[in-house]
Amino acid sequence: MNADIIPARTPAEIFLARAFDASKAGLSGNPDVAKWRADSFGVFSASGLPHRRIEAWHYTDLRTLMRDALPLAMRPGAVTIDALRKKFTAAGAPARRLVLVDGFFVPELSGDLPEGLKVRSLASVLTEGRSDLIALLSSQDLAARDSIVSLNAALMQDGVVIEVAPGTVIAEPVNLIHVTASPAPAAHFSRSALMIGAGASLRLAESMDVANRTKTRAGQTNGCLIVSLGDHAKLAHTAMVTGTAPGGVRLESVMVRIGARAKFDSFALIAGIGLVRRQMFVRFEGAESETSLSGVSLLGGREHADTTLRVQHEAPGCVSRETFKYILDEEATGVFQGKIHVAPGAQKTDGKMLCKAMLLSDMAAMNSKPELEIFADDVACGHGATCGGLDLDQLFYLQTRGLPFAQAEALLLEAFAGELIDGIGHEGLIDAYRRVVSAWLSARYRPTVAPSRA
Amino acid sequence: MLEVKNLNVSIGGRKILDDLDLTVRDGEVAALMGPNGSGKSTLSHVIAGRKDYIAETGDVLLNGESILDLEPDVRAAKGLFLAFQYPVEIPGVATLTFLKAALNAQRKQRGQQELSTPDFMKRIKASAGKLKVNQEMLKRALNAGFSGGEKKRMEILQMALLEPSFAILDETDSGLDIDALRVVADGVNALRSPSRGFLIITHYQRVLDHVVPDTVHVMAQGRIVRSGGKELAVELEKSGYHDYVAEPAVA
Repeated sequence: MNADIIPARTPAEIFLARAFDASKAGLSGNPDVAKWRADSFGVFSASGLPHRRIEAWHYTDLRTLMRDALPLAMRPGAVTIDALRKKFTAAGAPARRLVLVDGFFVPELSGDLPEGLKVRSLASVLTEGRSDLIALLSSQDLAARDSIVSLNAALMQDGVVIEVAPGTVIAEPVNLIHVTASPAPAAHFSRSALMIGAGASLRLAESMDVANRTKTRAGQTNGCLIVSLGDHAKLAHTAMVTGTAPGGVRLESVMVRIGARAKFDSFALIAGIGLVRRQMFVRFEGAESETSLSGVSLLGGREHADTTLRVQHEAPGCVSRETFKYILDEEATGVFQGKIHVAPGAQKTDGKMLCKAMLLSDMAAMNSKPELEIFADDVACGHGATCGGLDLDQLFYLQTRGLPFAQAEALLLEAFAGELIDGIGHEGLIDAYRRVVSAWLSARYRPTVAPSRA
Repeated sequence: MLEVKNLNVSIGGRKILDDLDLTVRDGEVAALMGPNGSGKSTLSHVIAGRKDYIAETGDVLLNGESILDLEPDVRAAKGLFLAFQYPVEIPGVATLTFLKAALNAQRKQRGQQELSTPDFMKRIKASAGKLKVNQEMLKRALNAGFSGGEKKRMEILQMALLEPSFAILDETDSGLDIDALRVVADGVNALRSPSRGFLIITHYQRVLDHVVPDTVHVMAQGRIVRSGGKELAVELEKSGYHDYVAEPAVA
């Protein structure tokens, strides 16, 4: 399993240790929070940046891939916010929005929120120190056993804490928009939380945006989203993970606990990124709940996208579905790791996991590792993984109907990704996601290189 | 007009098409019959532009122009159509979306203006009704989960929409019940015209009762071994192919 050898500190680790020492007095939080931060940094420090000898990070060796760390982002100033205000008040700007700029919640840019939603900044929650909220924010860290999550707890600057009152049903999506605005590359540490009361229902649409004056997109972000779903509650979550340039690093951890007879659906599109690690820790704590986790990664150049899941069935009668697709071009690397853990007593668990990768280049690589850990005897669990190129019979058929090779290929790839996008179940969002896929596919053909022939 | 001249094709050292000659004129309906493994389907795929088969010598001309070096989509835009023996399932691509993309891709290659959605819908409705293709089928993913009969009717619908100058039907009749065969045959007959040629590949004479051919060719071991009129198909139905299969293999 995991080796205990601690190699010499990398420049990034040394930088992060100095950054923590220098900034800890200024980071938000009452004394309990300060202790939580210090303990968390201790956990991070003990193991350092995760590397290939840590099993969960075997295919994404952060120690090698992130040699240097960047300075912490500054809270956005009035000029930045004013410039963004125009963007968010223009016609066609997203409604019902919560805006984080460089990881800081900006209420002036947020608004149009539906009733039954209570929103606070993470910084204010940490300063106020209400023990129930702190417990909620921190309780899942331990189970994650992940040094990146610990690093986030140590350095989290801000975020948004959303409470949905029990019984509230919000059908139209609430947008959570992460804007990168710092002119120079910086490190953002944000932590947000979502508490959905019993019987409540919410659709949360996360997306990334970049301010006009930002010259480089090669920042480093470490974000956590903590979700707690009450009994009979529902959350449909979508995340559009885009807008990081080569050299940029985006680490995301989504930690979800699900009550009884609740439902959690999640879809993520990863496209146009440098390095992304998206990890989801989902825990069934109540009986007869359901989750569907899915995602599409579109990768080219030397991009690297890692989706790692851990779904823990701790209660009986729950259903989990994990379906992920990758389209890999040029020298891109895809990683999928999915673990379904069925605890003793979690009888009648129904878990199915599938990963499909489409390789468009001989230089692209896919690492797929599905795992089942089952400690109950009356369960139905399965997993599958495929990896290959486009079907030559399908390409030929489309060509004989008059579609040029590139168009035939794009049509098939769009269909491959589209199957999961259609599962989002909201017309506006489906259109938005399909547009990103089309744009990515048409950008593939822009270079004058002739497409390789079947 | 389609002209196949001295065409030789091998796969893995085995000769599939052996000095094959075949001409089908404008307005002619030619039937190509022959036992399993005689090379009929290979011929249709070579003409359509399948890359796995390489023509060693010989040529294929469509309306007087050599097409062997052209991509399959360019051949299609020049008026060639192949109805597949096994139409390929394309999950995730709505049939209607595909039909519009195909028609407009061909128009674009020919330098014609692309059709607007209302104009396209008019054309589709006219052809679909005759072939008993309903709206629900057009909304489904192309050929995905279609029955054998539905797939074949969809091939004929595509042919009607794309209006080729030469069409090859590769065992379009196989796997069809009597009613479906009649619908498909009516679809083909409706498209017969003095300016359009057909090559109908089949094992059975049955389809030729509905689509009456002008000429019948018998293919065995990669070449045309006999040609005649429609009465040749009736004769074959009685005598079978054994006369042709029994011939010793060409060294």
